[in-house]
Amino acid sequence: MSVSTVINEAGRAVPIEINGKEVIPFKGIGKHKPFGNKYGPRIPSCSDYPEDGNKVVLTLEEALLRCGIRDGMTISTHHHLRDGDLISNRIFEIASAMGVKDLVWFPSASFPCNDIVIKYLEDGTINRIEGSMNGPLGRFVSEGKMKGTAVLRSHGGRIQAVQDGEVKIDIAVLAAPTADSFGNARGTGGNSACGVLGYAKADMMFADKVIVVTDNLIDLPCFPMEIEGNYVDYVVIVDKIGLPEKIVSGSTQVTKSPDRLLIAELTAAFLEKSGILKDGVTMQAGAGGTSLAIAVFIHEIFKKKGWKSKFGFGGSTKYMVDMLEHGQMGYILDAQAFDLDSVNSIGKNANHIPYSVFNAYNYHSKGNLTSMMDIMILGATEVDLNFNGNVVTHSDGYLLHGIGGWQNCLHARNVILPLPLFRDRIPVIVDEVTTLCGPGELIDVIITERGIAINPLRQDLIESLRNSGLPFKTIYELRDEAVKICGKPSKPMFEDRIVAAIKWVDGTVIDVVRKIKA
Amino acid sequence: MNNSCATSGNSGPKIRSDCEIVLELRNSGGIEIDLKSKVVVLFGDSIRALCIEILNYFGIDDAFLKVIDSGALPFVISARLESAIKQLKTTDLDFLPELIEENKYSTSSGIFRFSRLYLPGNTPSMMINAGLHSADGIILDLEDSVPPDKKDEARILVRNALRQIDFNGAERMVRINQGERGLKDLEYVVPHNVNLILIPKCESVVTVKSISEKILEIKSNKGLTNPVHLMPIIETALGVEMSFEIAKSVPEVVALAIGLEDFTADLGVPRTSEGKESLYARTRIINAAKAAGIQPIDSVFSDVGDMEALRQNVLSSKALGFEGMGCIHPRQIPVIKQGFAPGPDEIDKSKKIVLAFEDARKNGLGVVALGSKMIDPPVVARAQKIITLAIELGLLRRDWINEVTE
Repeated sequence: MSVSTVINEAGRAVPIEINGKEVIPFKGIGKHKPFGNKYGPRIPSCSDYPEDGNKVVLTLEEALLRCGIRDGMTISTHHHLRDGDLISNRIFEIASAMGVKDLVWFPSASFPCNDIVIKYLEDGTINRIEGSMNGPLGRFVSEGKMKGTAVLRSHGGRIQAVQDGEVKIDIAVLAAPTADSFGNARGTGGNSACGVLGYAKADMMFADKVIVVTDNLIDLPCFPMEIEGNYVDYVVIVDKIGLPEKIVSGSTQVTKSPDRLLIAELTAAFLEKSGILKDGVTMQAGAGGTSLAIAVFIHEIFKKKGWKSKFGFGGSTKYMVDMLEHGQMGYILDAQAFDLDSVNSIGKNANHIPYSVFNAYNYHSKGNLTSMMDIMILGATEVDLNFNGNVVTHSDGYLLHGIGGWQNCLHARNVILPLPLFRDRIPVIVDEVTTLCGPGELIDVIITERGIAINPLRQDLIESLRNSGLPFKTIYELRDEAVKICGKPSKPMFEDRIVAAIKWVDGTVIDVVRKIKA
Repeated sequence: MNNSCATSGNSGPKIRSDCEIVLELRNSGGIEIDLKSKVVVLFGDSIRALCIEILNYFGIDDAFLKVIDSGALPFVISARLESAIKQLKTTDLDFLPELIEENKYSTSSGIFRFSRLYLPGNTPSMMINAGLHSADGIILDLEDSVPPDKKDEARILVRNALRQIDFNGAERMVRINQGERGLKDLEYVVPHNVNLILIPKCESVVTVKSISEKILEIKSNKGLTNPVHLMPIIETALGVEMSFEIAKSVPEVVALAIGLEDFTADLGVPRTSEGKESLYARTRIINAAKAAGIQPIDSVFSDVGDMEALRQNVLSSKALGFEGMGCIHPRQIPVIKQGFAPGPDEIDKSKKIVLAFEDARKNGLGVVALGSKMIDPPVVARAQKIITLAIELGLLRRDWINEVTE
């Protein structure tokens, strides 16, 4: 099957139609202006809901049936239960048993525990996934085995797509660690606490039907609620929504790798010497071992200088909580809690605030948080000579990661990617990214164990760090060094068939992933 | 044992940057390669081509070769394959990867040896980035960190590492095995621009001399002129008693190290953190080294998690007279370097000497004087080293000379 493609503004050949729907090719950063109104879900009436507010039904099957589950529907879930999620898979097990076909699964992310949905992709229950594709699921898609075309969006892009009506959610199934019978729900409390439910808000507001599934039903009102009951159709009580030990890692760990620690140290030195790190700075870092090490080094600098971050944006970890508790961070605005310390901190510390990604990441809104952040620490599987970044495929062409908040975070003032120059023998700095996820004009600095490359667009940084003694190299020099050590890698071979589309934050198509040549 | 089949290298879920080779020589059928690699899409063709090149080089036309690769760099793959071949075939040939330009340097006998990082000689993943941590020396260890059945393949890997890995200017050292095996080890490392050989469990002048003679023999056979320094490691009671003789045995000996794990075992006492049991041995070795005009070097500190204890250890070590210490983890390097680094007085004195030298040079004088004192060239050289080091350690501004002269 051949599809007609056009060359988008990033120079990538992309289709003008995906899954039978017209799409807009990427036009450049900030160039696509949306028009029209936001999507409006159907208007409900209280007369259709119990006056006593009790929306509990006995089983998830019954709730799905009452929501009118049928062929071709779009079912959304959030990923706050991470690798401990017991609900998403259950939905498709039920749908498969009912003989429902061609569903679209619209998760905010998927995890290794979701690999068993491959079964439901194979038996036709699910047509496609519009979300992240990891591990075996990514392999399945890359090998062209999924019926429909995957669509990968950033966290903000997912909200944009829902809000703009590109994706109409028929049924949102929202697992909630604590809920009441009216459907008010939150991420804290119970045996399956995940901290916050920041990714579920758009689903709640825009889905046609909303099911809250909990294993911890409490008396009304469940307060403070992140899911508001007046958006909810049904509440289902189950034994367990998740496996606690897999919902949050007991503790997130700073890397022990001497090479990664070196990268973290260089990053902290770069931030300090460039003046980016200063009193009142705003920052976000992830939960990866290197990011955590950077947070620890930054904390040391704060303590030494008596500085304080105005606020940090979560994913929170114990290292951010540590800063909050010791007065080196004013607030944590938190969309997801990565470890037990941060889950516990949310209920305990008034300045640790659950915060929806709706406010932080959606590009089709009246401004958002990411462009106000001073320091953004991100990863990538590849960066190329134009500083373009790839986070979804590996250099061998296989889909292996979701976009997460990565694209949204690129809008921060200083986007810094601490990366190893190569992973085993696989160069990270390459001639051209396998899949384009973020345009190089938004990526400011690459920090490797073998040198720091500043984007030539950031002459201000290059100028101010001229005599810093830091090991600067051009991105070309880094590429050459990687090739010298690893050898020049061959390119993966692809067939024409498009297996996944990569959306930019404004809903346009920035690139596609093609089927791996067998 | 099947004498037409050999294995070498490592594979497994935790193995990175290495490969396992299974080689079976055949009488016909050409070369068949079964390659399993996590980088097969990117490097499958080049791995196959390299293997065929090596097999051809050793005159092998018919063989079955299995490669289980976890992202090994080419010099690792070639070392593993060469090891397998040499188990099956007697040959004088060596398949040598290029000696990179960055590695064509020698070290002088008096350079600082504050920190030297031990790297197990058969673990490529720990070698590749080792130079980034700025140790004064890198030790590729063929002795205790390599299991007996891996000794032969480690030699070839270490040889290739000496040729291919850029250790960022560190002194490139190899710790050889004891006895005959150690002498054989020298054949694999001396021709490849190794800077220093560590002699384990050294107890006699005879040992040092036999190693020194073997090195001279290899050098003269190959027409090599680069210096190869020696650092005997004293690890027994007898070694301690012999330390002065060992220190002055041959001119190549530039430092004397102590290995406390083995030494305390030899005494039959546990090694304690305050180290009273080894105080005599340590001070004896310091004295022997200083008397012979070489550097005394302290044992490694084994608790890699406790940087504060390491810092204390370094300070007491320096106070006794040691001039360096071994490291078993890269994170120990900065602590050790800072601990042994020149203090403020030393830096001030060096600044004065360097300024005097610059003055003399500007005025075209051949002789450097500080006040009424003449300064010998080695003293100037040492002062310049201290200044360079102080800058490198962030103790002195790069442009300090302008600041002083303004």
